[in-house]
Amino acid sequence: MIVSSIKTFGKYCMFLTQVFRTPDKWRVFFSNLLFEINKLGVDSIPLVLIISLFIGAVICIQMTLNIVSPLIPSYSTGLATREILLLEFSSTMMCLILAGKVGSNIASEIGTMRVTEQIDAMDIMGINSANYIVMPKIMGFILFVPVLCVFSMFFGLVGGWFIAEFTSMLTVENYIFGIQSFFNEWYVWYGIIKTVVFAFLITSIAAFYGYYVKGGALEVGKASTNAVVSSSILILLADVILTKLLLE
Amino acid sequence: MIKAENISKWFDGQRILYDINATFETGKTNLIIGQSGSGKTVFMKCLIGLLQPEEGQILYDGRAIRNMNNDERRLLRTEIGMLFQGSALFDNETVLGNVMFPLKMFSPLSHAGQLERAQFCIDRVGLTNANNKYPSEISGGMQKRVAIARAIALNPKYLFCDEPNSGLDPKTSILIDELLSDITHEYGMTTIINTHDMNSVLGIGENIVFINKGHCDWIGNDKNIFRSKSHSLNDFVFASKLFQEVKLVLEREADYKAQ
Ligand SMILES: Nc1ncnc2c1ncn2[C@@H]1O[C@H](COP(=O)(O)OP(=O)(O)O)[C@@H](O)[C@H]1O
Ligand SMILES: [Mg+2]
Repeated sequence: MIVSSIKTFGKYCMFLTQVFRTPDKWRVFFSNLLFEINKLGVDSIPLVLIISLFIGAVICIQMTLNIVSPLIPSYSTGLATREILLLEFSSTMMCLILAGKVGSNIASEIGTMRVTEQIDAMDIMGINSANYIVMPKIMGFILFVPVLCVFSMFFGLVGGWFIAEFTSMLTVENYIFGIQSFFNEWYVWYGIIKTVVFAFLITSIAAFYGYYVKGGALEVGKASTNAVVSSSILILLADVILTKLLLE
Repeated sequence: MIKAENISKWFDGQRILYDINATFETGKTNLIIGQSGSGKTVFMKCLIGLLQPEEGQILYDGRAIRNMNNDERRLLRTEIGMLFQGSALFDNETVLGNVMFPLKMFSPLSHAGQLERAQFCIDRVGLTNANNKYPSEISGGMQKRVAIARAIALNPKYLFCDEPNSGLDPKTSILIDELLSDITHEYGMTTIINTHDMNSVLGIGENIVFINKGHCDWIGNDKNIFRSKSHSLNDFVFASKLFQEVKLVLEREADYKAQ
């Protein structure tokens, strides 16, 4: 078990050295990069938007319901909602959700290319297939994921605002005051740094699983499940480490 | 000319190829025939260098792949075209995009020149009005044609085809075979074709290597394949009803001559 994990990790590192090479043609690389930014990043905006709105709203409700002590000032609902969104939700939770969407997409796409010999076809032409296929995906997602993170923070707060505006649980003034008080800009950067690391994990692990698929359609499905599971676990592990490093 | 010397290949301790020697000639359609699972694809992948044989060596016009450095190997790859069993077209590219792909990556031509070359190859394989279709939108026979066009885009010296007519109807198969044969003779390529189809064997079998369970059991051509003494080859050739009839005719002919 331990030996095989170490072996897999070694293979993963070797894979990354294949991926991070100078592209054969920069022009082709940039056009692929734009394509991937669009496919992996821009197309994830609706999902991120909807989830952030709802979770923002739910966090706001939970905070209002649970902070009922007269000792705690009423603006703390907004404050707590903001901190949860900035610190954990818009980075870690969002990336766990994107691991499902983007990770399975990448693993199944590359896996299918492997089993239908499209990757062999590239290798035969003398193209570094790992570099050609995978690097635009990793770079594209890493470049765009900060945008998703900031989007998620913003729309999470908007979700909380909906609760303040359309229910009688708390007042809008209180909420707005809450989300503005004791603001620490570093938390936004902390969230963005985390998402970038997670984005790297999601894309590279999914690509790794897809690239080394052997067999047929069934194995492609398995690889995409494994990719999502592994990257989710590693995201949580990285979360612990990064939090320790960045917030202490 | 491509020469395979004493090729042996194992997978996880299981031996797949046994000491295969074969020569594939320039300007001819060279066939590798054998039953499904006999190791044709593995042998072909060894020839190209997608798999490394544990023993033996492959010579491309006298140049051993094993002794090449990375640059020489890359150069060789641009001289190779390959047609995969499942066509292996890029799903997210159109027909034109697929044929343009190797040109875009390797051709020194201008964009207009590349387009012209791609169009020439598409016309050469007889595809019309399909440039903007995706691989999933065209028939299997057309996919094969696109794959051939892509394989010949860079004017390769060596063309490899893995079961070019698997999954095609007999008529389309023959058309594809003829196309491959024409291209081979027109451009003087060294073409190697994996097949288990007797129609291809008789149609374009200028040089035939028969592989049985990883052994090379017979080498010959379409003229002498019916007169071989090899049991395994005869089993393969005369497996179908049609060819059993042929066998009867041949035997009667032989008896008649003997009398
Ligand atoms: N990557 C591989 N790993 C292990 N065994 C393989 C691999 N590729 C092929 N084989 C085995 O090699 C044998 C020959 O396969 P193949 O060359 O595909 O046959 P065919 O003549 O039909 O093309 C089969 O028994 C197959 O199971
Ligand atoms: Mg095969």
